[in-house]
Amino acid sequence: MRLKGRSIKSGRSSGEALVSRDPIGFFGGVDPETGVVVERGHELEGRSISGKVLVFPGGKGSTVGSYTLYRLSQNGRAPVGIINSESEAIVAVGAIIAEIPAVDLIDISNMATGDLVSIEDDIVEVTRPGGAP
Amino acid sequence: MRLTTEEQAMEAGEHGPAVAKAMEILVALGEIYGAEELVPVVSVQVAGVSYGNLGQAGLDFLQAWADQGARVVVPTTLNPAGMDLEAWRQLGIPESYARRQLEVIEAYRAMGISASCSCTPYLTGNRPRFAQHLAWSESSAVSYANSVLGARTNREGGPSALAAAITGRTPGYGLHLERNRQATLVVDVKCAPQSWADFGALGYLVGRQSGDAVPYFRFGPAESPGLEELKTLGAAMAASGAVALYHVQSVTPEARLRDVVESQAPNLTIKSLDEGYRALNSPGERVDLVWIGCPHASLVEIEQTASCLNGKELSSRLWVIAGREVIREARARGLIARIEASGGKVVGDACLLGAPLVEMGITSLATNSAKAAFYLRSLQGTQVRFGSLERCVEAAGTGVWPA
Repeated sequence: MRLKGRSIKSGRSSGEALVSRDPIGFFGGVDPETGVVVERGHELEGRSISGKVLVFPGGKGSTVGSYTLYRLSQNGRAPVGIINSESEAIVAVGAIIAEIPAVDLIDISNMATGDLVSIEDDIVEVTRPGGAP
Repeated sequence: MRLTTEEQAMEAGEHGPAVAKAMEILVALGEIYGAEELVPVVSVQVAGVSYGNLGQAGLDFLQAWADQGARVVVPTTLNPAGMDLEAWRQLGIPESYARRQLEVIEAYRAMGISASCSCTPYLTGNRPRFAQHLAWSESSAVSYANSVLGARTNREGGPSALAAAITGRTPGYGLHLERNRQATLVVDVKCAPQSWADFGALGYLVGRQSGDAVPYFRFGPAESPGLEELKTLGAAMAASGAVALYHVQSVTPEARLRDVVESQAPNLTIKSLDEGYRALNSPGERVDLVWIGCPHASLVEIEQTASCLNGKELSSRLWVIAGREVIREARARGLIARIEASGGKVVGDACLLGAPLVEMGITSLATNSAKAAFYLRSLQGTQVRFGSLERCVEAAGTGVWPA
């Protein structure tokens, strides 16, 4: 499956998708040292976003969350790519300062955790191990 | 988004990597929010100063950007820090925290920003004029600049405000455009607010129900809110909601200049503030610290506090927080001496929301600020009392919230 979106932070990357249907608040919601989601009750609670292509609707919460993405990247714990339905300022600024390729205006409803995803600027390529899409 | 030749050169790195990164941030935000161009700004207010909120991540980033050569090109002021930058030892701030906090200030200084740490820049020399474009963060200052001064700014985050300061530009969307400044909610105030705390409770209630609407207030004929009332009203709405602009009939500049109410705007009537006071109070009786000055106190608020104290002996700590220039003026008028005579302290630069409160042994606070109460409620292990200045001063005297 090949999808075209809008480039937020240009670049290329690829990896395994980690999909959240909930928005993500990085400040206080993700441990900047480990990359593990710590927000109580979040659907990704306890999962690590490190090294994944993180797929979620958009950001939420404190604007300081942009700096959390930067810290994750400094610690080698950042996601390798970001795909949003619609990015807002926290995620967009975070992706730029952390230099994580990011794209939005993507229909994420058919994407699932475990899909293999590659990003090249505004193009997203999705393959599912063992079959469609 | 259309960029000028100069802006394209900035984006391409011809002015160095720090400017290129700033442009990249502004262009991405402009694209997301549908801006057609960048607009020049006359001043910037930067949030993300207190080490408690910024953390090591933010400090690392600021140092790296400063090392890349980031320098501001328009007058730029800072939000409060997590402590008084001069008197932190006397206030019991842990040394390890203070060292990090001072490194943050140093990184900003390296970018050419003076360490004027206040959430009320409009009281301390950064006072924009009508219709000027700004890039301000700090939700209460954004609300004041838009609503009371009639200047134009979106609610910026720390990095986007800094990017604007480095380039002198901000994407022209949202509240930079007059068409987005019309009121979308008419608020009839039927409860006759008196104290500053009443205006805060009102703001809390309206913000909670209006999200990012633009409210238009109609007060009774006897009420004509001034600087302090509008400052606390706007701060509370920006905390419980995302209100960045409001109008007050016959009071705020745009409401006096043109018809600012959108046709079909729904109506909200506020008959009582009780629910606001209920929601912003926790049950504890003991008060460790009384906090006056959120947003930072004006001269009038400092004077009222001094008058209210009137030499009274205090059992709890009482801190009045304000910007340095306001404190200097208050000192010259003898107001600080009157507060200190009771054992109160006047603190500069700080915001208690980013301060290491629990480490300082402070777990129960009282305040006349609805904004402060709103955020303190969500701080783990902290009790908060919210009421008028008179009740707060009484609590500082006895150490117990008055029944």
